[in-house]
Amino acid sequence: MGIQLSERVQAVPPSGIRKFFELAEERDDVISLGVGEPDFATPWRARTAAVDSLERGQTSYTANRGMRELREAIGEHVDAEYDLEYDPDEEILVTAGASEAVDLAFRAFVNPGDTVAVAEPAYVSYAPGVTFAGGEVLPVPTYERDEFRLTREALEASGAADAEVLVMCFPNNPTGATMELEHLAPVAEFAREHDLTVISDEIYAALQYEHEHTSIATLPGMASRTVVVNGFSKAYAMTGLRLGYVMGPAEAITGMNRIHQYGMLSAPTTAQHAALEALEHCDDAVDEMTAAYDRRRQFLLARFEELGIECFRAKGAFYAFPEVPTEQTGDEFAEDLLEAEGVAVVPGSVFGSGGEGHLRVSYATGMDELREATDRIERFLD
Amino acid sequence: MTASARDALLDSLLENARYSTADLARMTGLDESDVEAAIADLEEDGVVRGYRAVVDWESTDRERVRAVVEVNVELDRETGYGDVSRRLAGYDAVDTLRLVSGDYDFHVEVIGDSMRDVSAFIADEIAPIPAVTQTVTHYAMTTYKESGVDFGDGDDDDRLSVSP
Repeated sequence: MGIQLSERVQAVPPSGIRKFFELAEERDDVISLGVGEPDFATPWRARTAAVDSLERGQTSYTANRGMRELREAIGEHVDAEYDLEYDPDEEILVTAGASEAVDLAFRAFVNPGDTVAVAEPAYVSYAPGVTFAGGEVLPVPTYERDEFRLTREALEASGAADAEVLVMCFPNNPTGATMELEHLAPVAEFAREHDLTVISDEIYAALQYEHEHTSIATLPGMASRTVVVNGFSKAYAMTGLRLGYVMGPAEAITGMNRIHQYGMLSAPTTAQHAALEALEHCDDAVDEMTAAYDRRRQFLLARFEELGIECFRAKGAFYAFPEVPTEQTGDEFAEDLLEAEGVAVVPGSVFGSGGEGHLRVSYATGMDELREATDRIERFLD
Repeated sequence: MTASARDALLDSLLENARYSTADLARMTGLDESDVEAAIADLEEDGVVRGYRAVVDWESTDRERVRAVVEVNVELDRETGYGDVSRRLAGYDAVDTLRLVSGDYDFHVEVIGDSMRDVSAFIADEIAPIPAVTQTVTHYAMTTYKESGVDFGDGDDDDRLSVSP
């Protein structure tokens, strides 16, 4: 008898994205709007800092929580940008990507059988992460009529009052939805009333185009029950360097670090040096990338309007989330579009309830490719 | 037009001056007529001075030589930097001309069809200018980056075609 996978692993199906990845890989003429990472290179200064750290032989473990100067820089950065105040010694943990931070949070806060409310459509790793932690996923749908914002009504209707943990991600992958203070307040009120621990994934916080980012942790009474996840992958185009961070009450961070110190020990040292340089010297690069995304966003939304494709005006991340413009399901449309025109988009169903009938269209792709892809979509629809 | 829309338009043109008016309108949220008017204003105001292709001549069969020439000048009561610059800028072979700080006065980029052409131009036209006291010529051997465009092969998109 060979190795038996655990029930938790067996309970998690392969990612729905995998199928479209394999379909797209079968051809070499694909223009991909299915990519969930920046098409920009990591800012040069950050890259040179990584190389410099290697040349200086800085290749040993760092403190479990991450280099202190990096935690200090993170603390100063989030205070200045998002009005979040955290003690770098006790309330910030540097992780191997924001994904590790989310995973740590599930394992630190979820007991077997606990209910975790997940605002959906959602990043594909949340539900499996809950399962791996032994929890039960409770989908909380967001709706296009609400511009895919999480609402108190949806929380109540889905039974989230009985959940222990709420996971939310704004600006959102896959919808591009954002939430402002007025939208966050009722959610925060609900979390306080029902004693929910909130995992707020704010990895796309830097990528907002029509208003400033607000973190739910800044609302009254929320700092003590919220962990905020962020990282360098999206804002600084550092996906491959795998560096994220999580901030929250000292006891929460200490608990997460207890897992991190045994599993990961510390985040990659080279990446931490790159991240420190990025925080201290690469704001201009972030501004330039954000401005470029915004121009592409506006282009894509304008093209969809011209093509008669219904799409709410997403104001964050680098995704548009249009409705499927035919009678097909999202899966059928995405497969046919890929087959006929070589344009890869991801069906919304991959991202959970409420995603069906939509497509995730990434604009982390150059303007020439965006123009060609939308021309092909136009041809496909004719 | 707002300053941010004007900046977005300029950034878009810097990215690719060949974007169509329709694309620029989509990217900036402006009407096409507003884009056309704004570009006309930018040109008229001398903000946008021209549009050119960035050509990697090494990828062509055509011989093309570029030299950076450091030019020192000695001024007198009748001759200022402006006078010298006008004389230098008048030559078609002078592609770029800047007054710079440091060890020399003018940074001149000269383009020609051959090293002989460029040498002859510097010897026959630049050196004899009365105010010019010294020229130092550096021939460009390989161009790696020009006008913000990297000529290397690092632009390949090696991201997964579909990712979370």
